[in-house]
Amino acid sequence: MDEFAIKAQNLTKKFGNFIAVNSISFEVKKGEIFGFLGANGAGKTTAMKMLCGLSIPTSGTAKIGELDVYTQKDKIKSRIGYMSQKFSLYDDLTVLENIMFFGGIYGLRRSLLQEKCKNLLNRLNLNRQRNHLVHSLPLGWKQKLAFSVAVIHDPTIVFLDEPTGGVDPLVRRQFWDLIYEASDRGITIFVTTHYMDEAEYCNRISIMVNGRIGALDTPHNLKVEYGVTSMNDVFYQLARGK
Amino acid sequence: MRTIIILLRKEFRQILRNPVIRAMILIMPIVQLIVLPFAADYEMDNIQLGIIDNDHSSFSEMLITNVTSSGYFQVSKISNSYNEAFKSIESGTSDIILEIPKNFEKDLFREGKQALFIAPNAINGSEALLGSAYLRQIIQDFEGDICPDVMVLGSIDKNRLEITSSNWYNPSLDYHLFMVPGILAILVTMIGGFLSALNIVKEKEVGTIEQINVTPIRKHHFILGKLIPFWILGNIVFTLGTLISWLVYGITPEGSLILLYFCIGVFLLAILGLGFFISTFCNTQQQAMLIMFFFMMIFILMGGLFTPIESMPNWAQVITYFNPLRYLIDIMRMVVLKGSGFHHVAFHLIILSIFAVVFNFMAVLNYKKTS
Repeated sequence: MDEFAIKAQNLTKKFGNFIAVNSISFEVKKGEIFGFLGANGAGKTTAMKMLCGLSIPTSGTAKIGELDVYTQKDKIKSRIGYMSQKFSLYDDLTVLENIMFFGGIYGLRRSLLQEKCKNLLNRLNLNRQRNHLVHSLPLGWKQKLAFSVAVIHDPTIVFLDEPTGGVDPLVRRQFWDLIYEASDRGITIFVTTHYMDEAEYCNRISIMVNGRIGALDTPHNLKVEYGVTSMNDVFYQLARGK
Repeated sequence: MRTIIILLRKEFRQILRNPVIRAMILIMPIVQLIVLPFAADYEMDNIQLGIIDNDHSSFSEMLITNVTSSGYFQVSKISNSYNEAFKSIESGTSDIILEIPKNFEKDLFREGKQALFIAPNAINGSEALLGSAYLRQIIQDFEGDICPDVMVLGSIDKNRLEITSSNWYNPSLDYHLFMVPGILAILVTMIGGFLSALNIVKEKEVGTIEQINVTPIRKHHFILGKLIPFWILGNIVFTLGTLISWLVYGITPEGSLILLYFCIGVFLLAILGLGFFISTFCNTQQQAMLIMFFFMMIFILMGGLFTPIESMPNWAQVITYFNPLRYLIDIMRMVVLKGSGFHHVAFHLIILSIFAVVFNFMAVLNYKKTS
């Protein structure tokens, strides 16, 4: 077994003359919660899309486990979960229908799916809303549901692109409880965020600046290295270009 | 297989939950089939005729009575001079002017021939053409009527040929019989074309396609999951339309109903494939709508329903070969009116199958799960 969940080397994506991701190299360990930080437009989403098989890299290599992002996209897709920046469950399907649909697409057996569905609805307290259209749910609930659907097939790794954007602090806390629970089940978490308090929850974080990785370490080590007391200050220093 | 069933279940739920689609499936066949055949009526019966009678004889009176009693014309103005009559064309009150010359009756007896003057307003080309054709016909009949009188003088050609025709497949020249099968074809085209073109693009706009693209779902499964629901929907609309044309116009296909459904089935595959192909390279529903509209206009206007393809210039006829709707309208008329069998429409079916394969192949090829 490979001990890395993700291994990227000189990964690059160009759009014409614009270099969105400039030769980044990093490793994510199995089972870790990896925070992927950076200013808007720093290249976080592009890098994440390459790792999910949604976008083909211009150059460089990347492996998800032992699978190559160029040649084994389909295998990768059955082993990862993804929650995009945009809310992406079906608004015009009910809570239950969404769970059953995505579970079914990932090929879960009917009996297993029904069991998972039951647990999930209980865990999220959505039993009463199971037959409500998703579009009638408040944003925070939608995000928790989207996360639960993204990990319904027990992927080895889940990619979360700003999952808590626009969500109130209480729901954010609950959302991170869900993340920890998934992590306890052995799922590697790869998460982007703009909330520095959330960065503190991660085992290790990387901060992207203009398409490159500016720093990569545990939150504690980063604060020591930059001689500051909060992740906010680390981010400011890096984003400003020291 | 299970993936496709899951996709179908999802798609049907979404379609049936959409009140606009639900309403359009019912309203479109009803309105198009009940309103359009009556409105798109090419028979002329209200042509405004300006008359200049310079003769004021019993023959000229007789001619005018014949013209007005034909049912096609209404006398809008009786003038004394051409200039006066022309003003009524300019003002739009007359469509055609008929001028009867001085000494019309006298010269007809004396010389056995006479010239009448017809001036149609050709702004509306087909009205002018049809109007003057009707008028000429009436004058010819009039000539025939007065022949015995004039022939006494022995100066009219006695060996005139009279041509009579009988119309096959639509003996009474019932306009609805001609229009309804074509409108039915357009109906299926519009429902299939627009729904398919908008569907995938909508998933792009909302962002759900990304969630689909990150799953191990296969491209052709995804397209099939979209194709089958709309194919069934198209057949439902066609069934509704066929029922309406039977109930309202009493039209039942002369040929086999099974053959008709088979042709519609193949055609739907083609038009849905085109819709999906368009939606694979559009990013917004607005773009998809515009492009589909462009094709729809050409398909419908060059499909042979409103303008006969035979009367188009050669280059335009060549374009119609690339119009799938042209083949369907042809098939509809052949099977519904003539009762044609499978081997008569086999050529059309082969072409439609080629369209279906090519469009769907392009759609699957161009649908990219990665960028």
